[in-house]
Amino acid sequence: MAGQSDPHISLLSAQEVEFMAEDELIEIVPNMRMDSLNFICGDFGPFLPQIATEVPLWLAVALKKRGKCAIRPPQWMSVENLTRILEGERDSQGAFQALPFHYVEISTLLFDHARDDIPDMYMVRSLVEDIRDVRVHKVETSLEKFSGTSAVKIPNLSAMEVNIIRPFVGRALQAFYKHDNPEKIPDVDRASSGQTRVPNNEPREDMSEGGKIVPWMIIYSKNIQLDQASKVIFFALQRPLRR
Amino acid sequence: MASGSEEWSAAQIDDYETLISTTDVELLKRAWRNEKAAPEILPFEEALVKRAKEQIQLMEETVDDFAESGHDPLIASLYQMDLDRAQFLLRSYLRVRLQKIEKFMFYIWKSDTHRNRLSTEEEKFTERCIRDIGKHLEETVLSKLADNYQSVLKQSIISEEDDMVPEPQLDTFVVAKCQRATRPLYLDGSRQSASFDRDDHFQMVPGDLCILRYRPFQEELMSGNISLV
Repeated sequence: MAGQSDPHISLLSAQEVEFMAEDELIEIVPNMRMDSLNFICGDFGPFLPQIATEVPLWLAVALKKRGKCAIRPPQWMSVENLTRILEGERDSQGAFQALPFHYVEISTLLFDHARDDIPDMYMVRSLVEDIRDVRVHKVETSLEKFSGTSAVKIPNLSAMEVNIIRPFVGRALQAFYKHDNPEKIPDVDRASSGQTRVPNNEPREDMSEGGKIVPWMIIYSKNIQLDQASKVIFFALQRPLRR
Repeated sequence: MASGSEEWSAAQIDDYETLISTTDVELLKRAWRNEKAAPEILPFEEALVKRAKEQIQLMEETVDDFAESGHDPLIASLYQMDLDRAQFLLRSYLRVRLQKIEKFMFYIWKSDTHRNRLSTEEEKFTERCIRDIGKHLEETVLSKLADNYQSVLKQSIISEEDDMVPEPQLDTFVVAKCQRATRPLYLDGSRQSASFDRDDHFQMVPGDLCILRYRPFQEELMSGNISLV
């Protein structure tokens, strides 16, 4: 089946996340004249030379590849703004700075296709990479608070980051829930195929580094006993994060 | 849809505006994401799929006309790209549903709520699938087992329930984003009229991103208050 990701490994592939990001609107400055386009996903245009219009990202990249426009980088992608956000990320331990939901995908696409349209491209690129690193590191290093919760709120996380941590956190939370309420979950795992059962018989994924526990901003928690908690943390350790 | 009322409340106007400004592609994308993330099969969006199919067909004809009439190839290729994107969404949506049906076909067939969530074609597909799988299992394995163990649905005649039927795991954790405010819920799933001092009562406001258990939030998902990411 073309283009479909395997639900056993991860819910959405990176390409599918990018596909969703490509519908975000972005400003372009066309250098030619064109009539309005009546797409299924909306109407855009008419395009007049040197008049800025908003189009979806996929359309902007397509036009840029054919040399028909220049892309204007979005407001949040300026050096000052990104420096401010980077400092905010470094200062605050538990919170994430407000960034557009698809900032990773948007910035990657722009770096690949619209280098010349971004002022100080190298600076911007290194800032975005630093921000990504700090955020992922933050996500990785604060799971100590993760003690048997039923729901976790994480404001300001971005789509790509969600996609990366989803399998791990999903299974960890499910393990907590299961150990907390052994009578509520019937042992259907034996009969159903492919449903994960923590900890031992998991389908193998490609593991890189040793297990790290990921911290979180916990709001709701239930009490579970300390020896159960340490057991679950031990098992959770076997599931290192995939980058 | 309220048509007779003189004054619309602010909430109604907001909803109306969101309704007219959300394109079918947006709605289809949301349905696709929800379907991918949810452990069980969700109600089939019949009207949406029908509208999307019509639009896609219309667009296919337009693109063919462009190709024949020698219209500007740039514009033709842009229309083709948009068409491809819409087709991918529609096909992926249907494919994900078919995958879920194949996984849980006996369970869906047995439970009326789930069966009502299928479209007519999907029902026919499920029926044929069950028949074929049943026949295949019977011919290859079941007929050769001892008499008491020959059922597809039960482990043996003495089982009280159909314990060979896999059920969707409603307790999986999913990532959800809030579109509209939800009602207060207890995290263990029971809903009572709110007593706000208990600290395991949970409410989401628009814009929140949470990781939570699927089961207590099933209804919120169906009513469109939250959407899965």
